Amino acid sequence: MMGVPVNPAAAAETPVPSIPAAPGRRGEGKLAALLLAPTVIGITLFTLVPIIGSIVLAFFDWDIISTPKFVGVKNFQTLASSPTIRVSFLNTFGFVLIAVTLQIAVAMTLAVLVQSKMPGWLRSFFRSVFFFPLILSAASVSLIMSYLFNEDFGTINKLLGLLGMSPVHWLTSTTGAMVVTVLVYVWQNFGFTFLLFIGGLASIPQDIYEASDIDGASPMKRFWQITMPLVSPTMLVATVMAIISALQIFDQPYVLTKGGPGDSTRTAVMVIYQSAFQELQFGLAAAIGLVLMLIIMLVTWLQFRLSKRFVFYM
Amino acid sequence: MSTATTTAPDLTGTPARRSRRGNLAPLAGRILVLLVALFLTLGPVVWTLWVAFTPTDEAGRRTLSFAAFSDAFAKVNMMRLFWNSILVTALCAVGQMFTAALAGYAFARLRFRGRNALFAVILATMMVPMQVTIVPVFMLIRGMGLSDTLLALILPAIPTAFGTFLMRQYFLGIPDSLAEAAQIDGATPWQVFWKVYLPLSTPGLAIVGILAFNAIWNEFFRPLIMTISSENFTLPLGLVSLQGQLGTGSMSTVLAGVVLSMIPALVVFVFGQRPLREGLTAGSVK
Repeated sequence: MMGVPVNPAAAAETPVPSIPAAPGRRGEGKLAALLLAPTVIGITLFTLVPIIGSIVLAFFDWDIISTPKFVGVKNFQTLASSPTIRVSFLNTFGFVLIAVTLQIAVAMTLAVLVQSKMPGWLRSFFRSVFFFPLILSAASVSLIMSYLFNEDFGTINKLLGLLGMSPVHWLTSTTGAMVVTVLVYVWQNFGFTFLLFIGGLASIPQDIYEASDIDGASPMKRFWQITMPLVSPTMLVATVMAIISALQIFDQPYVLTKGGPGDSTRTAVMVIYQSAFQELQFGLAAAIGLVLMLIIMLVTWLQFRLSKRFVFYM
Repeated sequence: MSTATTTAPDLTGTPARRSRRGNLAPLAGRILVLLVALFLTLGPVVWTLWVAFTPTDEAGRRTLSFAAFSDAFAKVNMMRLFWNSILVTALCAVGQMFTAALAGYAFARLRFRGRNALFAVILATMMVPMQVTIVPVFMLIRGMGLSDTLLALILPAIPTAFGTFLMRQYFLGIPDSLAEAAQIDGATPWQVFWKVYLPLSTPGLAIVGILAFNAIWNEFFRPLIMTISSENFTLPLGLVSLQGQLGTGSMSTVLAGVVLSMIPALVVFVFGQRPLREGLTAGSVK
């Protein structure tokens, strides 16, 4: 897991001006400046200035040794024309599409099952189990899975062999490598989406189900006409957070396949890493980073728009 | 008559139980799906423990022993990796707790010009993925003469927008009357923060600290970029490079290292699961 998945859009929706901005009482302004200094200086130095730095750098050629050379939009042209970079973005989008769909489907199914009739201790047991992979490092998980999915001695192929199947080229074929990357990623992260759904399901008032019961609604009808509309706010937030986090995938393919075979599991963040720290094309890396950030901002903006239109709030 | 007496309590007594959601599939089907999910989630972890504790001997058989663990210590500077990870994680966690408490308090309780605008800017930085800023941050760290040091991992990770947001929410939940009472008793704004609010905010601080632990302990991307020499590696990076050195032959040794690196995370999981859960989902569930 790369950092903490947070949902800036949802956080930003909590009212900022919750306290009236009154004129400062004596001493409070100075104290505030003192208390804010570490955070404000830190965020300025390590986030705000670097954003500007990335924007500027994207228009330069720089190998960290010689002086930076202004090249205009050349880096963006390279980005658009380089087959490797184009493939890595397509891989990322494909990965996001498949991994997020799977993650939402698995998490939703399990959340509905766990929220159904079940003793409380059993419910918290499942919650803990499904949460567990989130505390592991993506690097460790990928190491474990690289052995499990090994073509020659991996346990998964051995189990398939017991069923009479021939060994699958998990990490050595283009499709197999992507499948494993998706599975490993979803294995580690579905618990987060699951927790969001558990929270969303718990907030649905029981009497609606009781009413539908009296009306004789079938379970399927209840799920699609009551549960789904009422968890739609959670569904939207969970989907957007899953997309944002999946767009930044790096650790799993780096450890599992180093982006291969060929370019089949190379991702957008991986080409940022390779352009900068292996090929010393810092300007190009900055340009790729900016494009990725624009995509993430677009997704967040869509969340805002969609939540106003399609989501049913109680 | 008898049917009336048997159905009546069912309708009036526990109507909620009849109509609980999730009655999509019959009970057996639901149990089966959950058991499969349980097996798939825990299987790889149990398998890892089994392989780590049963390295292959000369005859190629798997025997129960700690040999893989001593191997991990012998083949890689495991103590060093542990120490680096502990140092970086602890300093980041403490640093985040401290700076987030200060800033969160200022945003929640103090009045100053531009407060809302500043808070909005800080919230907005949460939208910026780390991969976007990594190149300039790397240059900055290099310019500060800190490349290939542990400080390169610690310093940029201390200022936390999310932690500030969490602590602000926490301080907003503490009643105003406490501050007023302390002020009437003659406390300065700083004393109100230090002696009244900070001691009451330990649960919020715990969330920030546990979140920082989970994020920093498991971090791979930044250490990969910021550190060059193996004596500055943290555990995830060290373990991946260990696999590279050993090839695929010494599976037990690598997995023994993985097991060791999981122990602190497991301790935090056992004691900090609830705060971690609340912190991760903060601001997303309405």
